[in-house]
Amino acid sequence: MTKAEIVINVDDVSFAYAPGMPPALDHVSLQIHKGDFLALLGQNGAGKTTLAKTFNGLLQPERGSVLVGGLDTRHANVARLASLVGYCYQNPDHQIFNRTVALEAAYGPRNLGLPPDEVTRRVNHALQLVGLADKKDAAPLLLGKGERQKLAVASVLAMGSPILVVDEPTTGLDFRGIRNIMNLLRQWNQEEGRTIVIITHDLHIVAEYVPRAVVMAQGKVLIDGPTRAVLSNSAVLSLAGLKPPQITRVAQRLSHHGIPPDVMTVDEMLTHLRSALCGVKAVQEGAADASRL
Amino acid sequence: MEMPVVQIEGLTFHYPDSEPVLRDINLEIKRGEFIGITGPSGAGKTTLCMCLKGLIPHVIGGTMRGRVIVQGKNTRKTEPSILAEAVAMVFQDPEAQIVGLTVEEDLAFGPENLMRPPDLIRAAIPRVLQTVGLSGYERRETYRLSGGQKQRIAIASALMMEPQVLILDEPTSELDPQGKDEVFEVVRTLREEHDVTIIMVEHEVEQLADVADRIIALDHGSIVADAPPREFFRNAELFHRTEGERLPQVAALLLALEAEQLVKLTDFTPYEEEAIARLNQLLQEARLMQ
Repeated sequence: MTKAEIVINVDDVSFAYAPGMPPALDHVSLQIHKGDFLALLGQNGAGKTTLAKTFNGLLQPERGSVLVGGLDTRHANVARLASLVGYCYQNPDHQIFNRTVALEAAYGPRNLGLPPDEVTRRVNHALQLVGLADKKDAAPLLLGKGERQKLAVASVLAMGSPILVVDEPTTGLDFRGIRNIMNLLRQWNQEEGRTIVIITHDLHIVAEYVPRAVVMAQGKVLIDGPTRAVLSNSAVLSLAGLKPPQITRVAQRLSHHGIPPDVMTVDEMLTHLRSALCGVKAVQEGAADASRL
Repeated sequence: MEMPVVQIEGLTFHYPDSEPVLRDINLEIKRGEFIGITGPSGAGKTTLCMCLKGLIPHVIGGTMRGRVIVQGKNTRKTEPSILAEAVAMVFQDPEAQIVGLTVEEDLAFGPENLMRPPDLIRAAIPRVLQTVGLSGYERRETYRLSGGQKQRIAIASALMMEPQVLILDEPTSELDPQGKDEVFEVVRTLREEHDVTIIMVEHEVEQLADVADRIIALDHGSIVADAPPREFFRNAELFHRTEGERLPQVAALLLALEAEQLVKLTDFTPYEEEAIARLNQLLQEARLMQ
């Protein structure tokens, strides 16, 4: 199978926020392909957000280069990069500033110089996707946290950019809110083929939704691969101060019974235990039948 | 019998021009108990905390019915400044509650405002810093601390007031995994070594199961479950209904196995170590039988 085209190519990038400070990025290389859905994992200060900010030129590498859609971010026009990479901030209140939901979602596409019809079409579509279609005239700051988060995502969706970076989309949301946002991102990735990078601390949602995981610590990429391989690598995760999800930890403690050590979800674990335990049930039932006779 | 430290009777509250956020809450909490509170956004968790602290009805507008008695004091008839000594609260955002430039300034702020003698304040600082695992941090600048450290300083500042009740309102939700672990570590220490009553609103169910004596679920302003973790997480129907929380993964697994009659109800546990031991045993038996 031929690999999809590379849409972001980070090549040996280093960056420090001030001279003399330890590098926030330390010789990082990363290739993101068209249609990838990947998670950047690691503690605060590991370099995840710094790396993501090099994708749209918000930060420029001190050494190395970042190519987005073939454009070198050091020379590319900011508006052009903004149309390629949509960036959704961790705190929705850092980006929301308009009086109504519809105006907020329209701000980006309007600044791309699109005709009013097209702006309206995109805004309606984006608000529909996130489930805010009936709140067009609401004041954004009076929405709940989950709805503000969705509005932030909708505003970035309305830009129509092929690559979306979402920084901690689930912080402060409840379980239902988390599922809503993640289902939306998955749909956007699978049905529209967009490239999505999320930054998160929640390994459960990564296990469930995100196929590729990149773990960072101290400005370096420690491991980059399929989520299953990454989340079951306890040794590397612990270098980043992370632990596999509970169900993976349980599987690893039961591996001497033939349970694979890279189980990622409760459903997978159930499948393995079902086949291991079913024999017992049959025998017990047989014994019970026998005793009744 | 000792009087409960918290007694809530028929508590209903609504903000101006809104539906009730709390509906007929009845709750008793014993001294030294560790209570976990869960529930979806908008369930009334933070509003309940504000009632316990006396911010409702004294500071926040709205209509409150029923009685809240903390430490024998009826919150309606007690000034918030007096309740401030009995009930301390730590909020979600560590940035929003630190006022001191240095750690010791921050820790001294509360007791200084209560006109406590400087000697006592000075003596208490190293003690509470030890409790939160930050001994020697007196002169550190608060803005240089990590999220987890800031939240531990917020807990230390709350402990400076020597409260009978410590409320933690989603103290880990803005923290990274390491910060979350640090806060749970402190909370575990408090539970074991001090007789402070702890009420913790929390979404990290696996860690909450480990520390809580009792967990309460709120939904649409009502208490829909109130039980020790072992019983609480067995109530799977509750979680499917509200979708506001997920189950600890081991609890979800054991319930699914139980539904297929592969394990017995008595095998159920929400605790990781117990679940591993139980599954180990079951797999062992399965092997012997084959």
